[in-house]
Amino acid sequence: MDSIYEALVNIVGKEYVSNQPEELYIYSFDLGTAEPCQPQYVVSPRATEHIQGIVRLANKEKIPIVPLGGGLSLAGLAVPLKGGILLDLKRMDSIIEVNENARYAVVECGVSQGQLTSYLEKNYPRLTHSEPGAPPAATLAGNVMIHGQGDLAQPYGFNSDLVNGLEVVLPTGEVCHIGSVAIGAGWFTNHPLPDVGLFLGWCGTTGIITKLSIRLFPCKRIRGVGTFVLEHEDLVPEAVYKLTHTQMAEDIVAFSSAIPPFASELQQITVNIAADSEKELEFKQEILWDDTLGEYIHRGEGAYLGFVRHLQRPQISKTSDYKKGGGFEYVGSIVPIQRYPECYRKGREISERHGIPYTVTGRCVGAGHSMMFAWTFAFNRADPETIIQARKALHETDDLVLQLGGVIWKPGTYGQKLILERLDPGTKELMGKIKRLIDPNGIMNPGNWEVA
Amino acid sequence: MYTLKFDIEKCHNCQTQACLTRCQHLDIDREVAQREIRKIARGEDSFILHDCLTCYACEEYCTMGNHPFYLIVEQQEALNIPPVPRPLIQRAVNLGVPFRGEPEIGEVHGPVLNMAAFSDLIGLIQGRLFEGLTVISTDDRKMFHYFCQLMYLHYARSSVIKERLPGVINTINRHKPTEVICFHDECYGTYTSYCPAVGIDVPFTPIHFFEFLHRRLTELKEAIRPVGFKVAYQRPCSSRLSPDKHHFVRDIFELIGARYVEREYVDENALCCAGAIQGQRREGSRKRAIEMQRKNINDMKKAGAEVCIFNCPACFQTLGSLLSAEDIKPMYMSDLCRLAIGEKPMEWR
Ligand SMILES: Cc1cc2nc3c(=O)[nH]c(=O)nc-3n(C[C@H](O)[C@H](O)[C@H](O)COP(=O)(O)OP(=O)(O)OC[C@H]3O[C@@H](n4cnc5c(N)ncnc54)[C@H](O)[C@@H]3O)c2cc1C
Ligand code: SF4
Ligand code: SF4
Repeated sequence: MDSIYEALVNIVGKEYVSNQPEELYIYSFDLGTAEPCQPQYVVSPRATEHIQGIVRLANKEKIPIVPLGGGLSLAGLAVPLKGGILLDLKRMDSIIEVNENARYAVVECGVSQGQLTSYLEKNYPRLTHSEPGAPPAATLAGNVMIHGQGDLAQPYGFNSDLVNGLEVVLPTGEVCHIGSVAIGAGWFTNHPLPDVGLFLGWCGTTGIITKLSIRLFPCKRIRGVGTFVLEHEDLVPEAVYKLTHTQMAEDIVAFSSAIPPFASELQQITVNIAADSEKELEFKQEILWDDTLGEYIHRGEGAYLGFVRHLQRPQISKTSDYKKGGGFEYVGSIVPIQRYPECYRKGREISERHGIPYTVTGRCVGAGHSMMFAWTFAFNRADPETIIQARKALHETDDLVLQLGGVIWKPGTYGQKLILERLDPGTKELMGKIKRLIDPNGIMNPGNWEVA
Repeated sequence: MYTLKFDIEKCHNCQTQACLTRCQHLDIDREVAQREIRKIARGEDSFILHDCLTCYACEEYCTMGNHPFYLIVEQQEALNIPPVPRPLIQRAVNLGVPFRGEPEIGEVHGPVLNMAAFSDLIGLIQGRLFEGLTVISTDDRKMFHYFCQLMYLHYARSSVIKERLPGVINTINRHKPTEVICFHDECYGTYTSYCPAVGIDVPFTPIHFFEFLHRRLTELKEAIRPVGFKVAYQRPCSSRLSPDKHHFVRDIFELIGARYVEREYVDENALCCAGAIQGQRREGSRKRAIEMQRKNINDMKKAGAEVCIFNCPACFQTLGSLLSAEDIKPMYMSDLCRLAIGEKPMEWR
């Protein structure tokens, strides 16, 4: 008799636990190039208490726990690198509260981006959240856990900066609250109590988020995307700087890709614009396209491609579909926008060296404070050689990010190693202390951020 | 190389200079028109080459069967006076490059409907009107093998059209069609107007989509129930290349009982969607395009149109949501015809 299995059944019920090979297989890999690793158990809790019970069990048995949201972060971050219990959080999918006036939503950890988007569209059409370009099944918790950015990143920054509060199950099973909710004052702010932000960015290695409050923003009646194209990558940083100065964009994304051919060698910049009236829309368009970018048109270096109403959300990258076999993974980085030209040129070089059509994307985060720059490498799942090439290209790109003075975003184990090698020893020691203190048995998503 | 047949003698003998005097966008009298068209034909610079909005209309206005618009485009290219900025040209030229393998060619030995670069609009050609008809270019990953290329008239790139078009014609012809019904009238204009003008051989018989729809509706006459809507029609730029087929718009409306509203901007005086204008290099192009769209839509509203009928997907994309915002429903002609025979078009609500 498998006592861990029995104990898990006692916590969540038989229907929500499995140790069957076909189910374990499904949970052994993600969409990217990470080597598959099988968990021993998959369990799907419905309540914070379930998670507490599972965590306590895992400590007793010294068995790893790997939290899984949508499993769309790629990079192997939710692949059970050392086996153990895979915690599929998708059943924790209640939208607990939407506060219209204070503009926030409190959700359970399994609530997906698509779910919140459609809930708001239906019930609160004047509110919206910063939705990442990930497929709609991605969860809000998984996204803030990796410091994601959404389609309001330009005015408001990283999604993890938009968290108003958390409920977390600690690695030893206790529950704690962060933000105003910690004193029972509601979920409206993350400040001003002493900062114990030990969870975001840690990939579940310091605790499991069970609830979070995320800021919402005004949703204007007309939303759409305008596109501008520049003939040379060197023009992008200045153009983005000028665009951010207007404070009129909701999202600014620059991209270039070998396939489809129209996007090749050119730099396209999409600018999301929102307005409550035609008057407001035209006012913004005039400032953005005519006054701000008009000089590029005049010089023949840039061109306005038009404005398309109705925001298609999420604006998913279709790059995975361009190469036969549907596989793709990207290296994301947070870099100064000035680095865009080099990121583009060097990323292209790496792609071409590995026989992969290049795709690069840069999303402006904040008022030009940084850019999430991503290099995507497509591969054919059915062809191991293309997977190997993509993996090599990903590793080279991780190195490149650091050479360019950037920070790797949501690094996989290879990128984490590179970061830890360079990390300020004091910081590394602090992280180690935190980790040893908070997760004494090292059960939380082991293989990731191994500082202890 | 293919050479445009433009006969300057015709201009010498021309009594109207209608090509330019009727231009809706440039204010030109006969004297100026006569001078400028000759300059362009001689290969000299002319303000027309800088200010032309590439609306195609002069191609229709010329009463002598000359090709003033094709000439303008050739000279814009020759003298490097493109109407749009460089990156837009590069983007457009790359757009038409096929990149996902070769098309599968089946021999048909009968009529075909060519979706060209609109394979993803296959939902528009469903139902009885299209029963039994073989469709080519059905795979949107391979549709650029069927792309007529005429779009490059907006980009001062006749050379690209001439370079690629024979290959496209060959691809279509390998299907061994007896007739090629052109889903988009830009294709029809390519094969019946542009190709003869530059001497490219077209080995099949092109059929205008509206002519086909009219033919099928006539065959299905019993099933027609008058739709009764008040309709306007958005005439696309490329329809200026086949003015002899434009009457099918009215003919179809009459046949299915659509009430064609009386408007100022109609037929030869139609305004284009301005999609190709907004990105042009000339100062104020974006605003110019918006003003044209406003004028056009206000005119439809004033005339009481409830529905605006489209042939061209690009026009639909440019004007569709603007019309919806004004409570005028944008609709493709094929969908209107399907409604008339009691069918429910896709996405019909
Ligand atoms: C096509 C595509 C486009 C994308 N575009 C974007 C984009 O524009 N912006 C962006 O930010 N991201 C993007 N992503 C990356 C990623 O999909 C998203 O960030 C996504 O929101 C991650 O959420 P998830 O639920 O899939 O996380 P998962 O992959 O399930 O988890 C991410 C990490 O957090 C841990 N974790 C998950 N839930 C919890 C929890 N409740 N408590 C503790 N730890 C947890 C996991 O163990 C893992 O380490 C994209 C991905 C794809 C495939
Ligand atoms: S192009 Fe036609 S309309 Fe214009 S001047 Fe010549 S013949 Fe006359
Ligand atoms: S194409 Fe249109 S804008 Fe250009 S000259 Fe002819 S009629 Fe005038």
